[in-house]
Amino acid sequence: MRSAQEALTASRRAPLLSALGVLTIAFSLFAFGLFGLVAINIRRALEQVSERVEVRAFLSDSADIEQVAAAMKDIGEFPEVLRVDYVSQENALERARKEMGEFADVFEAGVLPASIEVHLRPGMRSPTIVKSVADRIKTYHFIDDVRYGEEWVEKLYRLRNIATVAGIALGVAFAAVAVIIIGATIRMMVLARAKEISIMRLVGATDMFIRLPFLIDGLVKGVLGGLVALLLVWITNRVVNQYFIETIFFNRELIFLGIVGGAAMGMFGSLVSVGRHLRRV
Amino acid sequence: MIRLTEVVKEYPRSGVALAHVSFAVRKGEFVYLTGPSGSGKSTILRLLYMDEKPTAGEVWINGVSSKSARGREISKLRRRIGIVFQDFRLLEDRTAEANVRFALEVTGAPKATIRSKVARVLTQVGLASKATSFPRELSGGEQQRVAIARALINDPFVLIADEPTGNLDERATRGVFQLLRDINASGTAVIMATHDLDLVRRSNYRTIELNHGRVVFDSAESPASARPFDEPFDIQETPTGPSESI
Repeated sequence: MRSAQEALTASRRAPLLSALGVLTIAFSLFAFGLFGLVAINIRRALEQVSERVEVRAFLSDSADIEQVAAAMKDIGEFPEVLRVDYVSQENALERARKEMGEFADVFEAGVLPASIEVHLRPGMRSPTIVKSVADRIKTYHFIDDVRYGEEWVEKLYRLRNIATVAGIALGVAFAAVAVIIIGATIRMMVLARAKEISIMRLVGATDMFIRLPFLIDGLVKGVLGGLVALLLVWITNRVVNQYFIETIFFNRELIFLGIVGGAAMGMFGSLVSVGRHLRRV
Repeated sequence: MIRLTEVVKEYPRSGVALAHVSFAVRKGEFVYLTGPSGSGKSTILRLLYMDEKPTAGEVWINGVSSKSARGREISKLRRRIGIVFQDFRLLEDRTAEANVRFALEVTGAPKATIRSKVARVLTQVGLASKATSFPRELSGGEQQRVAIARALINDPFVLIADEPTGNLDERATRGVFQLLRDINASGTAVIMATHDLDLVRRSNYRTIELNHGRVVFDSAESPASARPFDEPFDIQETPTGPSESI
């Protein structure tokens, strides 16, 4: 209780420094948050594209409908498979006409073979897995041909890998910059009170008593900085949504994690900075 | 009450600061620590309030040994030691009264007693009328009195003063010195490091002189007349053993 009071008094005594501290934390986290926003949106876009990864097996004209049904059931039980759809000749024709409107009259019934469409589970869409599923489907004797856009799947997968690696590297860099800036800010705030700390030690305040107000101060500034950063990212997201492209915002868990992260950083920074001062008068 | 036994203090960069220093201070005693700059006076004081630990030997103070004392025990010990510095070390943004109160607050003293205790020590140092002044509004002597009040607030058994008159003019020096004598007269031991030979000469208190980290003279161990105070400390360049000084 007294520590909380001390923390509050300290902030009141140096309002400018406190505000500067909160703003520095806020902008460091804002930069990190913006990066995070870009990262989750790229991720979502790639996921949407990868949902279109599918294996299409064309049936021979002589295929027995019961055999096909049994095969579909088998294939549906593959661990990699999400869903199996049957596309009849009529459906295929209809779809082709819709997708290529200007050539609608070119297609005639019977030209397009019936097929089964195999959709894969998320995380099961890498080139090797797709190929292995396709190979297994090929073994049914009534399957004429299996297609899955080999080249396209590989390209998509490579793009995903690049995005992931770049995301992690940039994320670590941004986080490191935020930690360094926040650490320096807190160090500055502690330095401003170095004399106070040394006097507290001389008159016999325990280390815990000295530390606690700084921890609370760091915690409060971390949370405040986190909230300001969140607000800034949210505003940015709104603006982008309104004038440029549709984007998604962080979900509740990520927001919570961000604020807890800010608080932890504030507390940890204070702990380290004060610790250095406690070792000498 | 206070005992240093064969205390050695070495610093990694500057080398030996104290070499085999031994002496004891009795309850209620007044002791001057004298000697040129860098002779180890401040080091001894820092060892007494356990800001530092000796490299070898042992410091005993009020039943606490430098060999075993840890964080909490040291904090508790400091509450029974008053410490005063040449540069006062007051918080500029707080009044005299708040500076004194601070020492009680940060040790978790009960709130009810704080107000009366602060008023009492400010009266004791003669600053009752300046309780609401900020340090910059006070003279050097008055600031040092605030620092002394802060040191007295926890009823210390010993007051450790590192050049307390170093920044003061003669008049203020006399006032602060008289205050320290009064404090001593009421039973608190005083250990005072000083350059001020006039002060040392005028009073009849025990004097321990240091040079190059060694005790070169202790008036408790030799007749008071044996140590002529006519040579300034600063010219003594070579370390001298205790036997040579006596």
